[in-house]
Amino acid sequence: MDNQQSTTNKSWETVIGVEIHIETNTKTKMFCGCSADYFGAKPNTHTCPVCLGLPGALPFINQEAIEKCIKIGLALGCSISEHSLFERKNYFYPDLPKGYQISQYRWPLCTNGTIEIDGEYGKKTIRINRAHQEEDTGKLTHIGSETFIDFNRSGLPLVEVVTEADFRNSEEVRDYAKKLQQIIKSIGVSEANMEKGDMRLEANVSVRPQGQEDLAPYRVELKNINSFKFIGDAIDYEVERQIKLLEKGEKITQHTRGYNERKKETFLQREKEEANDYRYFPEPDLPPLSVAKEEVEKIRAGLAELPGKKIANLEKIGVSEKVAVIITASDQKFDIFQEAITKIDSAEIAPLATFFVNQGSKSQSAEELLELFKSVTQQKSTQIQDEGELTKIAKEVIGENEKVIADYKSGKLNAVQILIGQLMKKTQGKADPIKAKNILVKLLS
Amino acid sequence: MSDLTQLTLTETISGLEKKDFSTEELNGAYLTRIKKLNPKLNSYLFVNEESNKIPAAIKDIISVKGMPLTCGSKILEGYIPPYNATVIKKLMANSVSVLGKTNLDEFAMGSSGENSAYEKARNPWDVSKVPGGSSSGSAVAVAADLCAFALGTDTGGSIRQPASLCGVVGLKPSYGRVSRYGAQSMASSLDQIGPITKTVADARLVLNWIEGADGKDNNAVPNPKSQIPNPKSIKGTKIGVPIEYFAKGLDQDVEEVINTALNKLKDLGAETVEVSLPHTQYSVATYYLLMASEVSSNLARYDGIRFGKDRSKFGPEAKRRIILGTFALSAGYFEDYFIKAAKVRTLIKQDFEKAFQKCDVIAGPVSPTVAWNLGEKISDPLTMYLSDIYTLSASLAGIPGLSVPCGFSAGLPVGLQLLGEYMDEETILSVGEIYQSATDWHKQKPGLN
Repeated sequence: MDNQQSTTNKSWETVIGVEIHIETNTKTKMFCGCSADYFGAKPNTHTCPVCLGLPGALPFINQEAIEKCIKIGLALGCSISEHSLFERKNYFYPDLPKGYQISQYRWPLCTNGTIEIDGEYGKKTIRINRAHQEEDTGKLTHIGSETFIDFNRSGLPLVEVVTEADFRNSEEVRDYAKKLQQIIKSIGVSEANMEKGDMRLEANVSVRPQGQEDLAPYRVELKNINSFKFIGDAIDYEVERQIKLLEKGEKITQHTRGYNERKKETFLQREKEEANDYRYFPEPDLPPLSVAKEEVEKIRAGLAELPGKKIANLEKIGVSEKVAVIITASDQKFDIFQEAITKIDSAEIAPLATFFVNQGSKSQSAEELLELFKSVTQQKSTQIQDEGELTKIAKEVIGENEKVIADYKSGKLNAVQILIGQLMKKTQGKADPIKAKNILVKLLS
Repeated sequence: MSDLTQLTLTETISGLEKKDFSTEELNGAYLTRIKKLNPKLNSYLFVNEESNKIPAAIKDIISVKGMPLTCGSKILEGYIPPYNATVIKKLMANSVSVLGKTNLDEFAMGSSGENSAYEKARNPWDVSKVPGGSSSGSAVAVAADLCAFALGTDTGGSIRQPASLCGVVGLKPSYGRVSRYGAQSMASSLDQIGPITKTVADARLVLNWIEGADGKDNNAVPNPKSQIPNPKSIKGTKIGVPIEYFAKGLDQDVEEVINTALNKLKDLGAETVEVSLPHTQYSVATYYLLMASEVSSNLARYDGIRFGKDRSKFGPEAKRRIILGTFALSAGYFEDYFIKAAKVRTLIKQDFEKAFQKCDVIAGPVSPTVAWNLGEKISDPLTMYLSDIYTLSASLAGIPGLSVPCGFSAGLPVGLQLLGEYMDEETILSVGEIYQSATDWHKQKPGLN
């Protein structure tokens, strides 16, 4: 693959840092009492003076959001700051009603974590620079020449997880994003559904000559890409594009690009002459955020098992790592499986796990899964597999269906289906249909 | 029956309780007086003819459901808020109704009332003079008996200074004592809502009604100290007199009036001690950097999308401060301006902490001069800014400040400023109340007809 080649290009090294936004699943918004359960609601029905930025409205910190941000920090091995600060990020945009976003900048809540990824390129530690709390913006919809603003999403809690520029190819980014999604889901702080926008990916991509220590003097921000596949594809395309430009001796400037999934290429969204000046300053409407050590320890104790630990536990009871990864990737699957294994013999755990990720993956409950599993295994054990016995029955069927045999021999090969039907009838459905068909075809040729 | 509009808030409540008059009569008397005097004084921007309880004048930067909110600006013309500020809810729970919305400098930015985008408010003692600002209309409404009491907001002196220039009582509570929810922010780290009243006892009562946390202003303090009404004596109270507040720039006549007031307090049993607030000279620069920085961000919501009017509708002072603040926060200047100012703010705060080791209350002038002529300083912003020199420090320190009428100079009122320790409104209110029990300055009325 061309793209793959370029990310492992001999004379250029790819450098990528990743920012992932996660909308946490709090009951109310980050700074007001509006219900956060806005998905699919009529536009501007989940709003109040605060999230509309009306004159006089003030933010009030949602402690549930802070707790969930701390959970994310702890799950990523971050230090939790005893004192952190909200700051204002000032910029004008129609979806930003106050003209600034309340975010964290110089004093984030969670700092210095890591995630281990284990992809095709082997184990690697990705350093997390920070996980900080901020608020979401409204949503713009462009219809014809008009633009509509829906503030239902305005002020929802967002946690931004920022890595160091530790990635060297798109695979690592994909592995990281999947792993982070798994962790977020497993600790229950967000559905991390990319289609719904619970989880949004951004990658800062640049290339530098192999062996160079300094970062490239630019970086291209890939934004608004909401699938693991597309972020990978976009990075591959982007790396190749950048190398081509650099090899032609062109200079690349700092800018933002989107990804066109149909054309499979990145496109220019916003040119940045220089870094935006957001005029960050401490949010004067809010007190400093203080988190007591005991509070952090309480949250740590209450944290659900992390996927790594869950996978290891499943492996201990005989489930293969590959299967365990799939089961633990979904809270629902994991819960169903955990319940199901309490009702079966330990020897059946591994086969049940394999069955669950293959034929039984649609099961909605432990009962349903076990029923399906049992019916299939039972079917197998009572099926007529013996070729001698099957040949005997097949011969009987052939003897009883002269006309069908004539049709078959004259070229109507589908007629064999009728014979199979007859055979199944004779055996009350117990014959292995594939074996039966083979035997019939052999006898007729 | 004497004119109902001359009653203090306390007298009004007692009159209603005793059924000396009805709320209809009360509101009727005020509405009649407003009709007569408002065209001359421009105190109110909006009058609520349906007011039917204890009538209050509310600075038009505080959101009242269903009544226009202009913030003294054309940019908000036509906006009607869908919600009540916390202070309004609290007043309504205490049998108060909003009689009207009062004039102010645009977005509370000014010291004379002249930055209003509407007809400028005038001083009831001399209509050729400014009433002070930015709570110009609220101070005028109280001084001219156009309401039983008023609410203002104070960021750098906007309650105390117009109260002083109009001869009424103004209290800026400690930062966080009163929820700001519903008052358009000017500088969030400094803003406080407070009462403007006919007496100190009235101010105490209104503070009692409006204080406390509400779950909406994250900086409002949950349990402020309780207040003890009806103070008996100030015997032994130590009153600190800061040397920096009596230095060059203070009008001699005003100084004399203030000294007389300090002597009166001594007669009443208080002791005076000299204190120093050495960083006072930096308060104007510090305040204007921090305030303007916050203003530039707080006014960003007027982006022409939701409130209809574009940013060209901002007046010159608003534009000046937005530009100044944007500059102070910009990359390359932030450290030198914003951060430096934030550090000086800490020093100013420490000045007060040190001073309060020697005294219970700090006393001095509110304003270096009495009310000046309309138009006199409007073209010279720096001179205008310097007129706030005695009020800015307390705002930066977050401590409470009270302006009490204490005499006249050239026929215009002078206010005595009493500053207290953080969250200790009690002491300054007691000193003010005892002072008023022994003086008549607050009973003087401007000759309006």
